[in-house]
Amino acid sequence: MQSTDSSFENLRKDFPILKRTVRDNKPLVYLDNASTTQKPNQVIDSITDYYQNHNANIHRAVYALAEEATEAYEATRDKIASFINIQDRQEIIFVRGTTEAINLVAYAWGRSHIKEGDIIVTTEYEHHSNIVPWQLLTQEKKAKLEYIGVDDDGELILDDLDKILATGKVKLVTFSLMSNVLGTITDSKKIIEKCKAAGVPTLIDGAQAVPHMKVDLEKLGCDFFAFSGHKMLGPTGIGVLWVRKSILETMNPFHGGGDMIREVHKYETTWNDLPYKFEAGTPNIADVVGFGAAIDYLTKIGMDNVRKHEIELTTYAIEKLSNVKGLHIYGTKDISKRGGVISFNFADVHPHDVAQIIDGEGIAIRSGHHCAQVLMERLNVAATSRASFYIYNTKSEIDVLVNSLNIVAKVFKL
Amino acid sequence: MTGTADIYHEMIIDYSRNPINFGEIKDHDVTFHDSNPLCGDSIDIDMKIDDNKVTDIKFHGNGCAICMACSSVLTEITKGKTLDEVRKIDKNDILGELGLEHLQAVRIKCALLSLKVVKSALYTYMGEHLNDSPDVDKLKEEAANLY
Repeated sequence: MQSTDSSFENLRKDFPILKRTVRDNKPLVYLDNASTTQKPNQVIDSITDYYQNHNANIHRAVYALAEEATEAYEATRDKIASFINIQDRQEIIFVRGTTEAINLVAYAWGRSHIKEGDIIVTTEYEHHSNIVPWQLLTQEKKAKLEYIGVDDDGELILDDLDKILATGKVKLVTFSLMSNVLGTITDSKKIIEKCKAAGVPTLIDGAQAVPHMKVDLEKLGCDFFAFSGHKMLGPTGIGVLWVRKSILETMNPFHGGGDMIREVHKYETTWNDLPYKFEAGTPNIADVVGFGAAIDYLTKIGMDNVRKHEIELTTYAIEKLSNVKGLHIYGTKDISKRGGVISFNFADVHPHDVAQIIDGEGIAIRSGHHCAQVLMERLNVAATSRASFYIYNTKSEIDVLVNSLNIVAKVFKL
Repeated sequence: MTGTADIYHEMIIDYSRNPINFGEIKDHDVTFHDSNPLCGDSIDIDMKIDDNKVTDIKFHGNGCAICMACSSVLTEITKGKTLDEVRKIDKNDILGELGLEHLQAVRIKCALLSLKVVKSALYTYMGEHLNDSPDVDKLKEEAANLY
């Protein structure tokens, strides 16, 4: 498929929600994709088809439906393996989303590997989901949580990492591959090189990156990787944790229950093989199937084309927004280091007021702290407005956004 | 149905630009802070209380236009009232004053944050000064059920 504005515009017909209007009959302009994306018919239909034709519990029953359901569920695991280049499907664990994935690592790995005095390193631009689980763990273990700082261009200050690694006490370095507020693409290569040299494992929060660019886990070389289905056209409530097998084999179970066991006796239990040891209970089968359809859809477009389209949109949006008097954009303007996320503030108008006024024009943007209060403190702001793009967004939608800011300016007499 | 135009009228914009009773009271008798976890709005209210009357009240912090306007109106309403009268201030007293009766649910929290802080400050003060009063528990409940 060609990466032109028109070929991407053609995709819009697959998304029923994009046909609706909001407020006073205004066409919906959905620009909150860093939060969650809309779903194409292919995903919605796959879930309906699963429930209408194949629904059964997986992995144990011998009848036809159970076999079909198991096949559909496990097919998504294989799709994920080839989508982000994982050689061993046993390393892929289905979870509810990135938040659960990180909590699983903090609980099932962290509690047996982190001791008093150890250091876990995260960054100032993390989502709360990559901060709070580590606060809980380090508090419990009397360990320490340290931060890689963010510079004025919205990039990580890697000298901070050098200093912390030099203590020799670091047991894990965790970072997002793309900031959900600034859009900064993390220099993962450099971080992982440094960590490998120090013998420290790394965890990557891929929630913002995987939906928007080609991600290759073999090339990345990290040890833990987490992402969510709903930010990449899939349903809510399904995500992935990948863990390098040599580490996964040292981890205790997260939840105890059905499907994660081999044999259960009155007082002891042996665990099921990987990855099932970490998938206790009946999983979210239908949404795993829907997630598979989302991966098929993105694979057909090609992730390099997705990235190209977003570079085009983001470049256009930064240019247009930069021309709005009184508007300040946060983060780097170097598009090679930035995904399709633009956080901004408009004069002295609070982001909530900006978002509410342009909601009247049918535009959905986010306002607030974006679950990144540590970063808000660093930027010295209470909140920002955030527009974030995906495959179905167009330049004319960005024009609607930019024009709507005139209404904000008028209301607030800027 | 609340159109944007209905909400962002002259009075709201004026109050948000030039809030009244904005600032701190250094020798306050009671102070309280609260924030809205959803949006990061953050309000502190200081009160001076003499003879069971609010003789002075000021607020400071960060918030959207709705939050700032409502804080201005609330502090104006509160000033000079007896503690019992402050207790009876209802959310509709604030929303009505600014024509915000039909504010959507997510923004109601912006509008009423400062009222929550005033009620919590009042509870704190009464807790400290009216120790065994059965009123304290009731007041605590009132503050919790505000929205």
